[in-house]
Amino acid sequence: MRSKLTGYGILGLGLLCITLVICVGFGSVSVPAREIAAILAHRIPVIGSMVEPQWSTASETIVMQVRLPRVLLGLLVGSTLAVAGAAFQGVLRNPLADPFTLGVSSGSAVGAAVLIFFGWQFSWIGIFTLPVVAFTTGALTLGIVLWLAREQGKIPAESLILSGVVMQSFLGAIVSFLTAMSKKTINEIMYWTMGSLNLRGWSYTAILLPYLLAGLIFLWSQARSLNLLALGEKQAAHSGLHVERTKILTLLVATLMTAAAVSVSGVIGFVGLVIPHMIRLFTGSDYRLIIPLSALGGGIFMMWSDLAARSLLAPTEIPLGVITAFIGAPFFGYLLYRKKKVRESES
Amino acid sequence: MLEVKQVSKAYGKQQALKDIDWKVKQGEFWGVIGPNGSGKSTLLNLLSGTEMADSGEVLLLDKPIRSYRRKELSRRLAVLQQDGLPPVSFTVREVLEMGRYPFQNWRGADMDEHAEHILEDIMQRLDLTSLADRPLSSLSGGQRQRAALGKVMAQQPEIILLDEPTTFLDIRYQLQFMELVESWRQQDGLTVIAVMHDLNLASLYCDALLVLDRGHVAGAGCPQQLITPELIQRIFTVNAYSVPHPDHGEPQLLYRKGLSQTTPDEF
Repeated sequence: MRSKLTGYGILGLGLLCITLVICVGFGSVSVPAREIAAILAHRIPVIGSMVEPQWSTASETIVMQVRLPRVLLGLLVGSTLAVAGAAFQGVLRNPLADPFTLGVSSGSAVGAAVLIFFGWQFSWIGIFTLPVVAFTTGALTLGIVLWLAREQGKIPAESLILSGVVMQSFLGAIVSFLTAMSKKTINEIMYWTMGSLNLRGWSYTAILLPYLLAGLIFLWSQARSLNLLALGEKQAAHSGLHVERTKILTLLVATLMTAAAVSVSGVIGFVGLVIPHMIRLFTGSDYRLIIPLSALGGGIFMMWSDLAARSLLAPTEIPLGVITAFIGAPFFGYLLYRKKKVRESES
Repeated sequence: MLEVKQVSKAYGKQQALKDIDWKVKQGEFWGVIGPNGSGKSTLLNLLSGTEMADSGEVLLLDKPIRSYRRKELSRRLAVLQQDGLPPVSFTVREVLEMGRYPFQNWRGADMDEHAEHILEDIMQRLDLTSLADRPLSSLSGGQRQRAALGKVMAQQPEIILLDEPTTFLDIRYQLQFMELVESWRQQDGLTVIAVMHDLNLASLYCDALLVLDRGHVAGAGCPQQLITPELIQRIFTVNAYSVPHPDHGEPQLLYRKGLSQTTPDEF
């Protein structure tokens, strides 16, 4: 397990760095990759002092003030959503669960949209207002979805997805309604429905980072519990797991992470679904690998998606949620198809 | 070791267990027998702490079972379910390591530094070494049940509860499984409580039997006293001869054709 984690981890980190440099390099003004690497390295303590500054201030401004915040935010949003998705799948033992299909993203978006509609984003508790409200509405949505799907104490995979879809459509309608009613803030609410990383400064990155780090550490420490849950709840309880407590804590943390991500980037679907499954294809079902590697994979995936979103039809920007859906939805279909095949071969 | 005091449990209006008293000493091998719906599974759930009694108490080492923390309980008491382990893609070694869960801290470090060695030893004893890196989904039912036993052994319990552990196994694996449990008991002084369907197997391996009938204790004692045509007739409403086993004289049942005249209430 350890050697596997080290191997994939180094590979992932390498890919992450390369992606970072490429994504920062792309844009209307070209900055050579070597210059970007030097500018970035200059900011890292210890190594930084060894790099001679040989670049124009214009390049540095573009890299540090415009592109890097956006690319890093993509990295964080992608990691957060992917880790949350992996946790939802593990705790609900449902391969189709993720923040988007469970309606948690949409629930958070409704909270955010209401705040923006009334211009309350920074009232009450400052920059934490949006994440806290988004978390509350997200958690409420999750509660309703789980309650709708529950049959005799069990939650069948199909009815969970169905109730998720129902909630998602309903909440989507609320957001659309607010969009239609709002005149001056129309663009801002629009962001929440399809997701965007456009024009987000460093402050957004700073909001999200602690949620990602704390959530990642907590969920990683729960990885062995999620593995035990894969053997069945009774089996897990007999092995010393506090099943109900683990489930509730994990769901809450994953919801909080989703809400934090949604509150800075809007609803971006399929990342939490696709990434953990891609990781599974390589590593198998051990959550001690899936959780940390999903963080890397989600970040890489989101940086590339955002690059596509802003460069494919430049200067027009494609909503980020459209890009991830173009990649994610076919994969979702493939999962359904494969599940059907497995069931057919079993019967 | 384990003491059940005046325990009753009902599900809605249905009384599953009524005023059960029972004492299990360290190192004993108990079989729990009785027809379907007699309360065997309920009793096992109460003993394992997954359900709470309505009245009365279950004591493990003189302490009420509900006063144990989940991990602490799992270090003393382990449960092997009837359906064993699902066909997941975890390897045998990984599943055995999951048995160490109650000994691990939040980072996954084992409080016993010889944990690795313990797992190797278990795999040796259960003949699992060659299967160590195979995923559970690729194993046969018998192999999977052996892995399940290995996971339970990794918990290093003082007492194990077996819930009809041989139901899905063919006769060779049934015997192999019982032999493994028996040798573990002899080596480590383990206490075993097994819910058994197969009365002949129960008679062969158990020192003592607890007979349940409609939520009451219908008898407790050694197989010689209990495996009699009269009791079998009364509890299971089945006609049978009881003959001593040629090897060591344990009573074995030979069932007779034709159903008994008196049928249980529910039919």
